[in-house]
Amino acid sequence: MNAAIELKGVTKHFKDVTAIKDINVKIAQGEILGVIGPSGSGKTTLLRMIDFLETPDKGTVALDGSEIRAGSTAADRARRNIGMVLQKPVVLNRSVANNLAYSLLIRGWQEDKIKARVAEELKRLGLSERKRKNARTLSGGEMQRLSFARSTIYEPKILLLDEFAANLDPKNVGLLEEQIRRYALEDASRTVVMVTHNIFQAKRLCTKVALMWEGEIVEIADKKTFFENPTDPRSSAFVSGDLVY
Amino acid sequence: MPAMPLDNVVQVTLLSLYVSGCATLLGSSIGIPLGALIGLKEFGGKGAIKTVTYTMYGFPPVISGLVVYFLFSRSGPLGFLGILFTPTAMIVAETLLVIPLTTGITITSVTEVDKSIKDTVRALGATPGQSVLTVMREAWVGLVMASMIGFGRCIAEVGAAFMVGGNIKGETEVLTTAIMMNTRQGEFGYALGLGAVLIMVAMAVFVFLRWIQERELL
Repeated sequence: MNAAIELKGVTKHFKDVTAIKDINVKIAQGEILGVIGPSGSGKTTLLRMIDFLETPDKGTVALDGSEIRAGSTAADRARRNIGMVLQKPVVLNRSVANNLAYSLLIRGWQEDKIKARVAEELKRLGLSERKRKNARTLSGGEMQRLSFARSTIYEPKILLLDEFAANLDPKNVGLLEEQIRRYALEDASRTVVMVTHNIFQAKRLCTKVALMWEGEIVEIADKKTFFENPTDPRSSAFVSGDLVY
Repeated sequence: MPAMPLDNVVQVTLLSLYVSGCATLLGSSIGIPLGALIGLKEFGGKGAIKTVTYTMYGFPPVISGLVVYFLFSRSGPLGFLGILFTPTAMIVAETLLVIPLTTGITITSVTEVDKSIKDTVRALGATPGQSVLTVMREAWVGLVMASMIGFGRCIAEVGAAFMVGGNIKGETEVLTTAIMMNTRQGEFGYALGLGAVLIMVAMAVFVFLRWIQERELL
């Protein structure tokens, strides 16, 4: 069976800086991969490669065994089945309901179906009362939960999370983690790649963990092995809490 | 001081609104998409095009009038159209003044939309066309501002309107050219009255555009 996501020899430079170097990784369907590592180690670039927002200088990215080039119409099509949530909550300058509706509107959904689906999601988010308010009036945590819901309302097969909970209070982190669990549990074929600095969060949510260091994946293993028997000294230091970055 | 002939004031005011409104609409219809294209696409020579556009903010109206006069005069390349000294010629001349403003302000507005919004829209699966429209929607306040400034330039403009319109009473006389002519003829009271009308009309249009600016589109 083909991997849901496969990167082969992917390298990317930004001017003189090597963001990621010869990345080879296969992510199976249904996996929740946590990517950890210091700032500037290439985690975000890795996610952007998977979402075809960046073109690799070398190497290929394949989804379900099909190689896709960033910037191609195939990449635009593939992105319709990928959701991505950034570290900073990003809402469009329109109402809460219209932020959710946006993802469905650009996919050509019919108006009555959009209304029904948005109403359901608003109820789940607890934002039905404020559906007509401009989304920029929400708190940071609410905005991030709205961003998450907007990226999953169209039920993408792949979900990419870039330090989605970095600036949130514990209550909102808990609510978002619940949203992630529900998303993953609803359909076993859904694949999640999440970048996090939070070791406990990786333990709570992930099935597999990778450590990135200076643009390379230095260790990737299932959660149990990664946390109990890491092979790379940097992973050991990370797990034991000795690694400060 | 003679009383202001009301029907003449109404006619001149309506023609001013018609000419400035059409020029603003045309200039915005060309300038806003053009500005969005320049602002959002990456291509060689983009910096030079932006510099030229911004420089054109100071394009002298009298030169715009001169160009239109040359094009539409009887011996000019478009003289066969016979539109010189008509409101149409005035609209063309003023449109030329509006285009750099709407283009330049749109370039700035769409460029200033946060990169995270542009990334999010793409990541949500918007097609390139949908992405451009969404970014333009995010830059809505700036785009309406572009039209407002374009309208402000048209309604206050006198050089080009006089040159290609000719200030023909009942045909191409607009508020600014009428104020100028009446001042020259010593009709200061009438000119001042027209000036007050001009300010009120401009303010009313700006209030309307400001209302549009604050509305949500979707």
